[in-house]
Amino acid sequence: MQSSDSKESVREVVVPGELLAISSKKAGIGTYSEGGKIFASQLGIKTVRPDSISVVPLAGQYIPVRGDLVVGKIVDVGASNWLVDINSPYPSPLHVNEVPWRVEFGETRKFMTVGDIVLLMIVGVDETKRIQVSMQEHGLRKLTGGMVMEISPSKVPRVIGKNGSMIQMLKNMTSCRIYVGQNGRIWIDGELDSIVKAVHAIRMIEDEAHSQGLTEKVKILLEKSSGTGA
Amino acid sequence: MGGTPTDLKLIDENGRRLDGRMPDEMRPLKIEAGVLKRADGSAYVEWGLNKVMAAVYGPRECHPRHMQNPERALVQCHYNMASFSVDDRKRPGPDRRSHEISKIISEALTHVVFTEYFPRTSIDVYIEVLQANAGTRCAGLTAASVALADAGVPMRDIVASCAAGKVADTIVLDLGKEEDNFGQADIPVGYVPRTGEIVLLQMDGDLTNEEFDKGLHMAVEACKKISDLQRDALKRRYSARTQDTEIGSTERSEAV
Amino acid sequence: MAKDIVADLKRDYISKLLAKGQRVDGRRFDEMRPLTIETNFIGSAEGSARVKLGNTDVVVGVKLIAGEPFPDTPNTGVLTTNAELIPMASDTFESGPPDQESIEVARVIDRGIREGHAVDMTKLCMVPGKEVWIMFVDVHVLDYDGNLFDAANIGANAAFKGTIVPAKRAGKGEDYPLPVLHQPISITAVKIDGKILVDPTHDEERVADARLTAATIENGNLCAMQKGLHGAFTMEEVFKVVEISRRIGAEVRSKL
Repeated sequence: MQSSDSKESVREVVVPGELLAISSKKAGIGTYSEGGKIFASQLGIKTVRPDSISVVPLAGQYIPVRGDLVVGKIVDVGASNWLVDINSPYPSPLHVNEVPWRVEFGETRKFMTVGDIVLLMIVGVDETKRIQVSMQEHGLRKLTGGMVMEISPSKVPRVIGKNGSMIQMLKNMTSCRIYVGQNGRIWIDGELDSIVKAVHAIRMIEDEAHSQGLTEKVKILLEKSSGTGA
Repeated sequence: MGGTPTDLKLIDENGRRLDGRMPDEMRPLKIEAGVLKRADGSAYVEWGLNKVMAAVYGPRECHPRHMQNPERALVQCHYNMASFSVDDRKRPGPDRRSHEISKIISEALTHVVFTEYFPRTSIDVYIEVLQANAGTRCAGLTAASVALADAGVPMRDIVASCAAGKVADTIVLDLGKEEDNFGQADIPVGYVPRTGEIVLLQMDGDLTNEEFDKGLHMAVEACKKISDLQRDALKRRYSARTQDTEIGSTERSEAV
Repeated sequence: MAKDIVADLKRDYISKLLAKGQRVDGRRFDEMRPLTIETNFIGSAEGSARVKLGNTDVVVGVKLIAGEPFPDTPNTGVLTTNAELIPMASDTFESGPPDQESIEVARVIDRGIREGHAVDMTKLCMVPGKEVWIMFVDVHVLDYDGNLFDAANIGANAAFKGTIVPAKRAGKGEDYPLPVLHQPISITAVKIDGKILVDPTHDEERVADARLTAATIENGNLCAMQKGLHGAFTMEEVFKVVEISRRIGAEVRSKL
């Protein structure tokens, strides 16, 4: 679902309990409906679409959705799985069947250990929010080198940008490889100075996610630090 | 609730209270959202001489595990008074009063939070009273609600809280310390502005039905005003305008 | 707890930057984070201060209560220091009675104040052998990003400056300012990859091999020290930390 008309100027910050519309439209994310009215359930930006009204949250935990790409951290190792922290209220077991290697029972530690950073996909979320993750899709793997930073998951769309414009600019201007997990974890690899630049830029995006002219500000920041070292 | 020392005029000839307020006036209230860095959400309230900080972590994994609810999140509030928050230093650590207040605030908040969205988790709310001057549970609940919204916890509404009471046979709003100590009744109320639901209610003292009716209405009216301040505090945090082109879409874009 | 497992990559990043003479937040190795001090923050305390050192935010309250002296010092006031590492400040702090960490913080701050003779405890005697002032120094952490030792120590010193002994309330004459003799300032450094870093952030503390806190007074003399964490310092490193602590301690003292 694309955002609407690009000339629309002011986006409203709404708070839980605020009346958004008296409408039969679908109550999208960040909202709930009661008696034909749609109310905000989260602090966020009111977003009106032809068929729904939603609130893009300005804060909140990462709630896994099937198909999401996430950057995880191994926090425990069992005989036939690893436990992955995906920055969510729900710990995610990564089963030996979901990795690209053949792992014998009890041999898990040979492949990955506590503290390792991994790129995974969410392949299943059931009604009780039990999560299944996998490393089997193309491109998923243990990440080595580089560094990992965390931002609020609600700011991820901002770091990615419309049609990926922001993340593309970050990659181009820093020459870094960057994976942005939907869970707010970002892996960055490249020259050390470039990594530092990318980290600064992403922190700026996180701090000023809701303000105007951000793309330009980030561009200026990236151009500036191209001078002499940090 | 005790006898008044003879030289203490809780209400004077002009109907003014000790601090100059009229019976239906609230103490000055300031609310600020998002004041702490580590917590997922936070709020700071200065209400009269009360100074209260609230912080929220969660929803997060529920510990101890045996307390997990397989269908819902647990809203667990921990209310605490700093030892220096009162004139006679209080020993650190929760006492029975803190446990009771923690429980009733947890219950009030549980009613508005969409706990069914986060089974098996805990939403931890911490309330620290740094300076106390009567009405700390109301200040705490008011701050905690803002902190929950600041943390992005989905809720039906933001709970507001205020107390009414009786002092020198007059129903008054928002008791101060002396009024709480020497007054005749105290009614803390927690209110859901959109629906008019009462989610926190206590009373102690001596009230006729009419007096209670008047006091409850007075507290509820005040809660409506407090609700405006709560909303304002949250919006102020993000007061810069936002443009469509900048916000990006909510689609889960690939970022590899 | 799972949350506190430091990713190897984060550790590597910190190390790589250090190898190039840089810290994650861009500071020099011997630079403190921005420091703000607000005194007399809590009216219910006899003295107080709120200190923000980078993102670490602490409130220190001083309460003076009449009590009995220790038998071996019958004419001297009693100093007792307590630190509350409340869960609000960090998801790594747990509720409950003080754990080893909070006890260590309290005792190290106490040592600095006591051995540095911050306060003339002999002037806190009311009735020799019977009644003295018990001075409670309570540290309340609101937001945690490393280096509680220094944030709390600075807070205590700042609080002492404005503390008033409430003699009137105890019926012992007029109130008087707390008799402050010295300002023992503690400066903490950690060692990572053989490099000494002053005023560590939480991340730096978590990957550090060893930690050293040194408190000095105005004339440069040492009054308290504490080494922490599992690693070790060479003698040269110890002297280096002491020299830095002296120098930066003086700078911080001038800000009080």
